[in-house]
Amino acid sequence: MPAPATSPRRLTLATSAIFLALVVLGLTFVIPFLWQILISLSSLTDVDLLSQTGFPPVLKPGNYPLVFEKVDFAKYFFNSFFVAGWVTLLQVLTSSMAAYAFSRIAWPGRDKVFLLYLGTLMIPGVVLMVPNFAVVLALGMFNSYWGLIIPGAFTAYGTFLLRQFMLTIPPSLDEAASIDGAGHWRIFTQVILPLARPGLIVLAIFSFLGNYNSFFWPLILTKDDNLRTLPIGLLAFDSTYGRETPLIMAGSLMAMIPPILVFLFLQKYLVRGIQLGAVKG
Amino acid sequence: MSQVTLTNVKKVYDGKVTAVHDFNLAIEPGEFVVFVGPSGCGKSTTLRMIAGLEEITSGTIEIAGRVVNDVHPKDRDIAMVFQNYALYPHMSVYKNMAFGLMLRKMPRPEIRRRVDEAARMLGLDQLLDRKPKALSGGQRQRVALGRAIVREPKVFLFDEPLSNLDAKLRVTTRTEIKNLHQRLRTTTIYVTHDQEEAMTLGDRIVVMSAGYVQQVDSPLGVYRRPVNRFVAAFLGSPPMNFLEGTLRRDSGIVFQGAGVRLRLPDAPGLAAALDKPVVLGFRPSAMSERQEGKFQPPPGFARGDNALRLRPKVIEPLGEMIDASCETDTGHRVIARIDAREDFPLNQPVDLYLDMQHVHVFEPGEFGRNLILAG
Repeated sequence: MPAPATSPRRLTLATSAIFLALVVLGLTFVIPFLWQILISLSSLTDVDLLSQTGFPPVLKPGNYPLVFEKVDFAKYFFNSFFVAGWVTLLQVLTSSMAAYAFSRIAWPGRDKVFLLYLGTLMIPGVVLMVPNFAVVLALGMFNSYWGLIIPGAFTAYGTFLLRQFMLTIPPSLDEAASIDGAGHWRIFTQVILPLARPGLIVLAIFSFLGNYNSFFWPLILTKDDNLRTLPIGLLAFDSTYGRETPLIMAGSLMAMIPPILVFLFLQKYLVRGIQLGAVKG
Repeated sequence: MSQVTLTNVKKVYDGKVTAVHDFNLAIEPGEFVVFVGPSGCGKSTTLRMIAGLEEITSGTIEIAGRVVNDVHPKDRDIAMVFQNYALYPHMSVYKNMAFGLMLRKMPRPEIRRRVDEAARMLGLDQLLDRKPKALSGGQRQRVALGRAIVREPKVFLFDEPLSNLDAKLRVTTRTEIKNLHQRLRTTTIYVTHDQEEAMTLGDRIVVMSAGYVQQVDSPLGVYRRPVNRFVAAFLGSPPMNFLEGTLRRDSGIVFQGAGVRLRLPDAPGLAAALDKPVVLGFRPSAMSERQEGKFQPPPGFARGDNALRLRPKVIEPLGEMIDASCETDTGHRVIARIDAREDFPLNQPVDLYLDMQHVHVFEPGEFGRNLILAG
């Protein structure tokens, strides 16, 4: 049936309005990044003028190599990667095992324990900071990679996310595997984990991004410069060497590259993960 | 020695809901037994208890003479085909079929031989490298069958394996399953809610309702000699006709009610129900326009003693036969499946004759006993 004559025009108007709103919204996200790039290419003296001129009078791409010269940027980069990588790996491992227990094995009190587990998500991270610190200190993990990695290796959020994902896998697959001769470990590793791959990837992305950008925990837990991660390392430009905004911006921009790459390559899984939480949560 | 024996098997969920009451059955080696019944009757629960996927609340289950109540599914020497195929989506057809054998640490050449043989048997030999998502519903179901076959188990368990297939494929696959059973002669327990599947596949049928076994018999046995009204109503398409009335003594035992008067053959069970409300039951195919052969009145009966005067309202031609939806004088509906003819009169009274060997009298109620057999 042909559409009424007025509808395409209305549609176009409505679409244009939405489009315009989205462009404005998009710009609010993009402009800070553009501003950051401009600052990173300015000299320290030109930074304050940027708000009037809108563009640095002299471009200073040399700020980027300067970051490497002034601080041990490569080491910070390695630390961030190393810590975030290990935390991610361990989180995916522990969360998937816990999620399997909460979604595929029937044991007495399972759902009540899960509620308790989930309840820990309601406690703000800042509240846990001091007790966590005390535990890490008592275990002799202060100022070490262990202290940066181990406390982040277990997460109720990851367990929740993967449990919801695993619940969507038909139970008949476990049953078929069980009849085929598989025990829990084999069902977990050979049937459930491969099928939960999208969920695992989502958790890995969330975990990596969260830990790569982590600021407060590495700040209070590390003393030595060679253990610092990128967000802490970049603070050096705001303290020891005075406030060197262009270098902070240049360093931050370089630090952003891995998360952006992760996002670009794996965004379809991220969207799926967000939807999963929304629907099942 | 029977291959599978269930003795007083009971399943109670959460201490409250009884899904299966005292289930007793002995299945012979090589037998094909079908559990049939409506949704929630306990047939799948019973199958799952045999598989070890559900714990039993009480009773014993034996497979090949060994009590398996506490034996893990993998150690029961069974193979199961699921309604939703339950194929591992990330594995190829070959790996799906070989998975169980690999877990049992079977030598690779033997795995290859068994999978190839099953694949040939099921016409899957060209599909071994494909993933399940690249297969049609029928092909997936055949892979599920193949996975069961390669294990060479003592017992095959089928849980509504054809439910997800379209009507045509269901018939084809049904034939394949029957053919397969005839070749392998493996003891098979098959669950379905489809009475046609039950009738065509089973050596014996177990009709279940509300957690109780209603009847265990051969397909023809349950069809021709239903022990109660539930079994009579559940099996057969179109379903059995039921007319409510009373039994009276009047030159023999006579059923009277719903605008029908019919003399019944003497049976001890009927004499006990005289002057009590009963339900007359007869299948649509137990009627004929011509009073000849089995549709003649039994010896000692008058000519009209097995006649029903009906008014056809709707005719559904089926080719050789027609289904005539008729009404009695009091407006009760009766369906007759009779020989087709072009000029079958609509809305005109017509006499149809009953095969009195296949007329049943039930006690009132959904599970009313068949009084003719009860005697």
